[in-house]
Formats: sequence, structure tokens, C-alpha cells
Amino acid sequence: MNTIVVGQLQRQFQDYIVSLYQQGYLDNQFTELRKLQDEGSPDFVAEVVSLFFDDCAKVINDMSTSLERPDHVDFKQVDSGVHQLKGSSSSVGARRVKNVCIAFKECCDVQNREGCLRCLQQVDYEYKMLKTKLQDLFNLEQQILQAGGTIPQVSMN
Amino acid sequence: MQYQISSTFSSNPQSLFSLVDMAEVLRPEMLDISNDTSSLASSQELLHVLAVDDSMVDRKFIERLLRVSSCKVTVVDSATRALQYLGLDGENGSVGFEDLKINLIMTDYSMPGMTGYELLKKIKESSIFREIPVVIMSSENILPRIDRCLEEGAEDFLLKPVKLADVKRLRDSLMKAEERAFKNLMHKRELEANDIYSQLKRAKI
Repeated sequence: MNTIVVGQLQRQFQDYIVSLYQQGYLDNQFTELRKLQDEGSPDFVAEVVSLFFDDCAKVINDMSTSLERPDHVDFKQVDSGVHQLKGSSSSVGARRVKNVCIAFKECCDVQNREGCLRCLQQVDYEYKMLKTKLQDLFNLEQQILQAGGTIPQVSMN
Repeated sequence: MQYQISSTFSSNPQSLFSLVDMAEVLRPEMLDISNDTSSLASSQELLHVLAVDDSMVDRKFIERLLRVSSCKVTVVDSATRALQYLGLDGENGSVGFEDLKINLIMTDYSMPGMTGYELLKKIKESSIFREIPVVIMSSENILPRIDRCLEEGAEDFLLKPVKLADVKRLRDSLMKAEERAFKNLMHKRELEANDIYSQLKRAKI
């Protein structure tokens, strides 16, 4: 094991994950998720977030259909979708996605179609952005493991 | 506890209790002590939790939380499926479900179809399952909702996302309750055995 390489990768990992927290992509719930991962379940976090992103894609698609026709918007369906996304984003620590959902709900409550469409676009952007960021993070993890190192536990105080 | 059955008993044909009957009652198996594998006081036994949530993400999360907390987990995606699992859906009656050992039910509140609140009510109406603690989970901190659930007999109301600390706290309090129940049962058995012993003595055995 090349300890210098491992050390560099670990620092890179640490810096990257800290930046994700600082930029508001992730919150404390993501830390909780990481705590639940161990040698017995090494892919737990990756699996949960994967389910989350699948959820996002599906729900966003359904809401898009509901919002399509200006004269015929199913706000109940949209509200249900927002509720679902807010819940799941909250469960994985996807802070930005969650925040968009909060604004989205408000638009839904007052039946503001334009507002909803903007939020829909935003939530789509945010989840895809997070997906890319986390993919980079998981890649770093893999590199560390392949170099024979261990993944640092990062505490955000 | 030692029980001496005097050898003079066998020579007394007028004895009130047959020696065989007494020996039967005082055997450890009859007193339900050492071989009671359903008791959690035999510490290695796992709590079996039934978790109900329509969200796939939350199901995966709660399952992991519970496994990490050394619980056996069964997860279902709706209140209807939970009722099916418990045999409360009216299909099979409750035949065969008396042996189903569930120590805790954790259910999401807002679910399509039947809500967690409605599930709670159905469980509390069941003679077999009403004693099982039911915990409601919700992402919304709505006081009237919380009150309603507690009034209907919910053990606890947890805000999502559920914390590992919440699960540990639940598990610890359940283990303590089971331990108390076990101790009470042992005490009761002891009193019964003492009672029989006194009767034996009075019959001059």
C-alpha cells in the first residue's frame, strides 16, 4: 500500500465532502447515513441515494405531466409528489433538494402553476447536480479502497 | 429452590396430592423457566420489528437502523400488507398467527390508502396484537396529529428522519418492559410453587 497516495486521496475525499456540506448540498442526515455503513454493508449509502435518485426521476416526471396543461392541473397529485420528495430528500440529507421542495409546496398550496413549474425545473436541476457530486465522492472512496486505505469518518461540527 | 419430597409420602395412601402430580408441577419445564426461548431475558433473543412505510428510501433507511440496533426486521410497503402479514385482513381469521412474535410495530403516518393512524386503530382492536407497542413516524410536526395517535394508544411518535438514538431508546425501553414481565412471571410461578409446597406440608407429606 502506497501510504503517500492513500494519504493524498483521503485528504482529497475529506476536502470534497466538507465542501459539499459547506455549499449546502448535504446536511447532518447524510452523516447519519454514513454512520450506518460498515464492512458488512459497505454500499449502504450508495444504495440509499440510488433509490432516492430513482424516486426523484419518477416523481418529477409524474409532476411534469400533472402540470403540463394550464387549464387542467392536478395540484393534488403535485402536492403528493412534493411531499414524497421532501420526505425522501430529508431522509438522505439532500439539503438543497429539500429546500426547493419547501418552496414548491408553497406554490402548490396557492395553486400557482408558474411557480410550480419553476420549482419543478429547480428540483430537477438540484437532484441531478447532487447525483453528479455524490458519484464523484463515491469514486474517490473506491480509489481509496483500491489503494488499500480506509475511508475517513468526517465529523461536521 | 429445593423441594424435598419425603420418602414417607409413598407409604401414605390417604395423601391429598399424588407424588406424581407434584413432581410434574415442580419440573422446571412446567414452571416455564429455563426453556422459555421467547423471553428476552435470555438476552440473545432479538426484537422482531414490523416496519411499515410507502417510501422505498425510508424503508431501506429504517431497515438499516433496526438491523444496526440488533433487531430482526420485516418491512412492508403499506398498511394493507401489514394487516395481511398479521393476519388481520379478514382473509384467514387469526388462525396460525398467535405464534407470530412481533415485539414492535413502526409505521409511517401518511400513506396512500390506509394511514398509519388507521393501522394503529386496527391493531388496537385486535385481541392478539393489541398489546404490541405501535410507534408512529411522521415528517410533519403536527400537534393534533400527535395527540390523536397517543390517545389511540401509540407507544411513541417519532419525527422523521428517525435517529439511531430514537431506535436505541425504543429498544432499551422494550427490553426493560419484557424483562419486567419475565420477572413478574417468575415471581408468580414462585408464589404458586410456594403455595403448593405449603399445601404439601399441611398434608404432612
